[in-house]
Amino acid sequence: MHLLQYCRPVATAFVLSLASSGALAEGEIWVSNEKDNTISIIDEQSLDVVRTIDVGERPRGITFSQDHSVLYLCASDSDTVQVIDPESGEVLNELPSGEDPEQFILHPDDRHLYIANEDDAITTVVDVESRKVVAQIDVGVEPEGMAVSPDGKIVITTSESSNMAHWIDTETHEIIANTLVDQRPRHASFTADGSELWVSSEIGGTVTVFDVESQSEKAKIGFEIKGVRPDRIQPVGFELTSDGKYAFVALGPANHIAVVDQQTYEVLDYILVGRRVWHMTFNGDESLLFTTNGVSGDVTVIDVAKLEPTKTIKVGRFPWGAAYRPSR
Amino acid sequence: MPGSSKSEPESLKHVVSLLRRWPTTIACFGLALLLASDQSAASADLEVTIGYLERVQPPVPVLSNLETTPADQGLAGAELGVADNNKTGKFLGQTFMLKKRVVDHDEDLLGAARELLGRTKLLLLDMTSEDLLAVADLPEAKGALLINISEGDVSLRDKSCRKNLLHTIPSRAMLADALSQFAVQKKWTRWALVEGPEPEDKAFAEALDKSTEKFDIDIRGRKVWGFGADMRRNAAQEVPLFVQSFPEHDLLVVTDERGDFGRYLLYNGWIPRPVAGSEGLRPDAWSGAVEQHGAAQLQRRFKSASGRSMRAIDYAAWAAVRAIGEAVTQTKSNDPVALRAYILSDDFELAGYKGRKLSFRPWNGQLRQPIPLTHPRAVVAQAPLEGFLHQLNEMDTLGIDRAESRCTSF
Repeated sequence: MHLLQYCRPVATAFVLSLASSGALAEGEIWVSNEKDNTISIIDEQSLDVVRTIDVGERPRGITFSQDHSVLYLCASDSDTVQVIDPESGEVLNELPSGEDPEQFILHPDDRHLYIANEDDAITTVVDVESRKVVAQIDVGVEPEGMAVSPDGKIVITTSESSNMAHWIDTETHEIIANTLVDQRPRHASFTADGSELWVSSEIGGTVTVFDVESQSEKAKIGFEIKGVRPDRIQPVGFELTSDGKYAFVALGPANHIAVVDQQTYEVLDYILVGRRVWHMTFNGDESLLFTTNGVSGDVTVIDVAKLEPTKTIKVGRFPWGAAYRPSR
Repeated sequence: MPGSSKSEPESLKHVVSLLRRWPTTIACFGLALLLASDQSAASADLEVTIGYLERVQPPVPVLSNLETTPADQGLAGAELGVADNNKTGKFLGQTFMLKKRVVDHDEDLLGAARELLGRTKLLLLDMTSEDLLAVADLPEAKGALLINISEGDVSLRDKSCRKNLLHTIPSRAMLADALSQFAVQKKWTRWALVEGPEPEDKAFAEALDKSTEKFDIDIRGRKVWGFGADMRRNAAQEVPLFVQSFPEHDLLVVTDERGDFGRYLLYNGWIPRPVAGSEGLRPDAWSGAVEQHGAAQLQRRFKSASGRSMRAIDYAAWAAVRAIGEAVTQTKSNDPVALRAYILSDDFELAGYKGRKLSFRPWNGQLRQPIPLTHPRAVVAQAPLEGFLHQLNEMDTLGIDRAESRCTSF
C-alpha cells in the first residue's frame, strides 16, 4: 500500500515523459539512398533500421500521400516517379515524370504532383489518379526546390543555375513572378500560415525570406560557424516547425544544422550532425528531427526540445531525402 | 490555335457572361493590369551581344595519331553559356547573342578584332599571349571587357596585365600550386622533372619552379626531353634509361602541354613512381571526370549540345559568358564599364560547379576557382586542399596573391 502510493507519481511521470518525447509513437522514417537504389525504413521507437526496400535508380525526392497509403519517390535516373505500397514495399505503378525528376511537391488536393525536371528546365505537373501529365512549365536552368502554399494557389520552383524562384499559379500553370535569390537555390518552403516563402541558396550561403503577398524580399539570413570556413557553409534542405518557432537549416559540407528563430530570423544555435547533411523530416509531433547525412551515409536524430543530437543511425549510401509515416 | 478560330457569337457570349460577373471581372482586369505592368517592367528588353574571337594556331605535330583538338573547343562552351544565360534571361527580358569570328593564323587578327569591337565591347578571346595584348591595346578596345579563355601565361596576370583583360582560364601558376599542394599533402615532396622542348613547356616548368619553392618541394633532378625518335615503338626501351639517372624521387613530373611525349612516361619508368603534370595526375580548370557539386549536370548539358566531353577551355568560355550573364542579371545593364565594375566587386559571385562561389581577383582580373586534379576517369583531389589556409579566401593560395602581384593597371 505504502509502496504503491509511493510508486504511482513516479510511474505517471515516467509515462508522461515517454509521451512527451514521442517514444510511445510508432511511426517510421523513410530515407531514400541515392547511391544504393534503396529506401531505409527507421522505426521511430527503436530508432533502428527495420526494413530496406529496393527501388528505382538514384532515388531522391520522397513524400507520402496525405493518408500515407502510398509513397511517391523520384527515381531520378529511371526518369520516373514510382508509386510504392508502404506495407509491401512493392512498386504499384510509375508516373510519367519528365526527365531526371529530382524534387517534387504534392499539392494539398492530394492529386497533383509538381515535379522539377533538372536536366530539362521544366516543371511537370502530373495527375496521380489518371497518371497523366497535366502541364509542363518552362522554368530556369536546373530546377530543384519545390514548394506549395498551404492554400494550394502557388507552387514555387527554384532553378539552381538561374538563381530564381519561379512563382507558378496552380490554376493557370503560368509563371506569375520570378524573384532572384543568391547563387544556387536548393530548397523552398512556405511557412505554415502561408505568409512567407523561404528559399535556401547553397553557394550564396544564405536563406532568403519573401513576403508572399508582395513577393518581395523580407529578410536574408546568413550563417557563421567558428572553425568552419565560410564557403563550406552551404544551406540546402530545411524544415520549418508548424508552430512558427524554429527553422532547421541543413548546411551541407559544414556538417551542421542551423537553428533559426522563424520570427526574428536570428540564428539561435548550430547542431553538429553527420557529413554533408542534405535534407530532413520531423516525426509526427515534431519532437524529433531526422537529418540525412550524404557523405557519412547516416541519419542524425535531433531532440527538438533540447536542440541536441541524440543518435546516429547507419543507413544506405548517400541518404538524400526523408519522409515520415505515422502508424495506423 | 483553338483560341484564334473562336467564332463571333461564342466570343460575344463570353463577353456577356463576363459582364454578368462584373465584380469578379473588374477584379480580374485589375490583376491583369498589375501583371501587365509587372511584365513590362521585366521586359525592358535588354539585348547583350557577346563576341567570340579566336585565332586558329598552326597545327603542331604530335606522336600519337589518335587525338585531335575539337574545332569547336572554347566556342562550344561559350554557346552553352549563352543558352544558359537565355534560359535565365527570358524571365527578366534579357536576350544574349553570340557573335563569333574565327581567323586563321595568317589572317588579319587586328582587323577582325576592330570589326567585332564595333559590334560589341564584350569579347571572349582565344589566342596566344602576344595576340591577346595586341587586341587589348587597340584604341577600339579601350573600356571594353575582354576575357581570356585559353592562355595560361602568368605574365598576363602579373606585370603585363591589362585593365580591360580578365581571365577565366587559370594561370600556369595556379595549376602548379594545385599540384604542389597535393604533393605536400601526400608527402611526395621529392620530384624529378621532365621538361618538354616547347616554349609553353618551359613556361609551365618555370611556374612549377616558383611553386615548389613556395611549398618547399625539392626538384632533385630535371631533364629536357630531346628525343626525335617515334616513342610509340620504343618508349619501353628509351624511357627507363632516360629517367634512370634521376636521384630518388616520389613523383615524376612532366611538362608537355601539347600532349606529345608525356603519355609515354607512364608505366615506363625505371622505378615505379606516379606521373603528374601534363600527364597522369593533371591539374586543370576542368576535365570530363569532374562530377561533384552538380557538375554532372553541366557535363550532360554540354555533351548533349556538342557531342563530346567538356574541356578546360570550354569551361573557361562557359564561365566567361556566365560571369557576364550574372553581371547583366544583377546590374540590368549591358554597359561594359558597369559590368566590369560589378564583376570585380565584392558582390559578384558565380556558381561554377566546383563547390565554392567563384569571383574575380580585383588586383589582376583572374577568376578565382578550385583546381581539380584528375586522371582520365576520376577526380583525385581538388585544390585548395584542406589545411592550406589564407587570411581572406583559400582559393587565393593558388596563383598570384595580392601581395606578390606586379599588376598595376587594376
